[in-house]
Amino acid sequence: MDNAILRRRKREVLGGVIVLAALALLPLPIKDVYTQNLIIITVLFAGLAQAWNILGGYCGQISLGHALYFGVGGYVSTLLYLKAGLPPSLGLFAAFGVSGMLALLVGWPCFRLSGHYYAIATVVVGEIGYLLFLNWDFVGGATGVFIPFHGESWAQLQFKTAKLPYHYVVLAFAAATWLTAFLLEGSRWGFAWRAVKDDVTAARSLGVNIFSSKMAAAALSGGFTGMGGAIYAQYVGYIDPDSVLAGHFSILIALPAVLGGVSTLWGPLIGAAVLMPASELSRSYLGGSGRGVDLMLYGGLIVIGALARPQGLVSLFGRKDDHARIA
Amino acid sequence: MPALLEISHVSKRFGGVAANVDISFDVQQGEILGLIGPNGAGKTSLFNSIAGEVTPDSGEIRLDGVKLSGLGPVACAQRGVARTFQVVRSFDSMTVLENVMVGAFAKHASSTAAMKAAVDVLEFCGLSPRMDRPAWSLSPPEKRRLEVARALATEPRVLLLDEMLTGLTPTEAQSGVQLIRDVQARGITIVMVEHVMEIVLPLVGRAVVLNLGQVLTIGTPAEIVKNPDVIRAYLGDRYAA
Repeated sequence: MDNAILRRRKREVLGGVIVLAALALLPLPIKDVYTQNLIIITVLFAGLAQAWNILGGYCGQISLGHALYFGVGGYVSTLLYLKAGLPPSLGLFAAFGVSGMLALLVGWPCFRLSGHYYAIATVVVGEIGYLLFLNWDFVGGATGVFIPFHGESWAQLQFKTAKLPYHYVVLAFAAATWLTAFLLEGSRWGFAWRAVKDDVTAARSLGVNIFSSKMAAAALSGGFTGMGGAIYAQYVGYIDPDSVLAGHFSILIALPAVLGGVSTLWGPLIGAAVLMPASELSRSYLGGSGRGVDLMLYGGLIVIGALARPQGLVSLFGRKDDHARIA
Repeated sequence: MPALLEISHVSKRFGGVAANVDISFDVQQGEILGLIGPNGAGKTSLFNSIAGEVTPDSGEIRLDGVKLSGLGPVACAQRGVARTFQVVRSFDSMTVLENVMVGAFAKHASSTAAMKAAVDVLEFCGLSPRMDRPAWSLSPPEKRRLEVARALATEPRVLLLDEMLTGLTPTEAQSGVQLIRDVQARGITIVMVEHVMEIVLPLVGRAVVLNLGQVLTIGTPAEIVKNPDVIRAYLGDRYAA
């Protein structure tokens, strides 16, 4: 058989291998810690945005509450480490599980809503999570939790000054989200999600179970977001509700996917590669003024990007037989 | 021989409007049954009941003796009732092949098998040259074909066609008629809604005429065109012989 789908998937695999190799080599010549940090954050958010893309892109369910899964993931691995001694390298899988389950729990009532109503419900659920953690003493309340340093170790995912190990951790995470999206895109689930996104009534008439399709997308999306949250907590060494559960994280997670191109494999990475450096550089060069010039510039960039490429920056690279994907 | 599809005493109200009142008829395996009637006769409502999109207030719909009504559209599709829509509902972010694969996944778990089945169905429907095109770029008659292809990919026993031939030019309608005959030749039972009589009557073995939500008459095309009640419903009292 030869058709556009098979040709495209062959290209995607090739692209995936090349990008993975490039990203693995990228930090090697860089000695500057600031740039290393920027790359790590960019790759982490590429992974988070891809996780969001599974639900918000492929399945078309716009979630503006992903900070909840991100934050809970961070708390799960951190608390399991502090209170039960579970190494964070395993804790991030626990974070995947707990955040995935949480996404199912949230999806159960929220998927009875659709479109804008669903999006609003996710905002509210995210805020509830933030307030709960803020007032919950067991998890440190508003003070948050410090992760004590016990020496360099892959099991603890702690490294004194070296950034390189963290780079490979976030790269593995981003690659896992990409691979998951790639495999699902070509599977029964991926087709069901895109059908649900395009036309619910038609999807139902072809035997696609709408509710379970959304739930599956939510579980995977929430799970990977939780895993990213756990990695982030381990990287920064301290979390509190404001630094992982606040509403703006939901936007930060969704934005790279939206700007880069939803329900595409490369949109989240391209979006993150533009947004994270833009946000970081505008902040470091213009942020100290207190006049918010950095945010104006950053916001302006997003507006221009969205106006010029409503289908996402990824459409700049579109090929002729990819029209259907981007349209 | 027991009927493949049995509609018995189906009624459906929407608020104060009685869309279907006590409708009963059978559909035999392998036949093409027309469901005709003037605008507002309740054709599409009945269709939605058969496809599981709405649940009748009373009465039952059975496929091969098994109750379908109340199970919902997903279960109806899985049990072998496929449909097209009066207003085309293609998945516009997908290619033609991908659209049909969504249907094929109803019967095939692996994507290789679903793709192969979808390619075969597209060949059958004459859409192979359009396989890699985005669905939104198809012409209206091609989109209607795409809906048929997608429905056929679920390997249905009964295919419900909702005004598939309406609004087409005579040439387009003719090739649509041929497609419907080809589908029947595959052993698939067809129920088609049309309100244009001259298109539907040459094609069907029997037709059910609905008027104001009720069954006016059931019969062969020859019987129907002579029925004074049908003439009255379509043309008014003045023309009734």
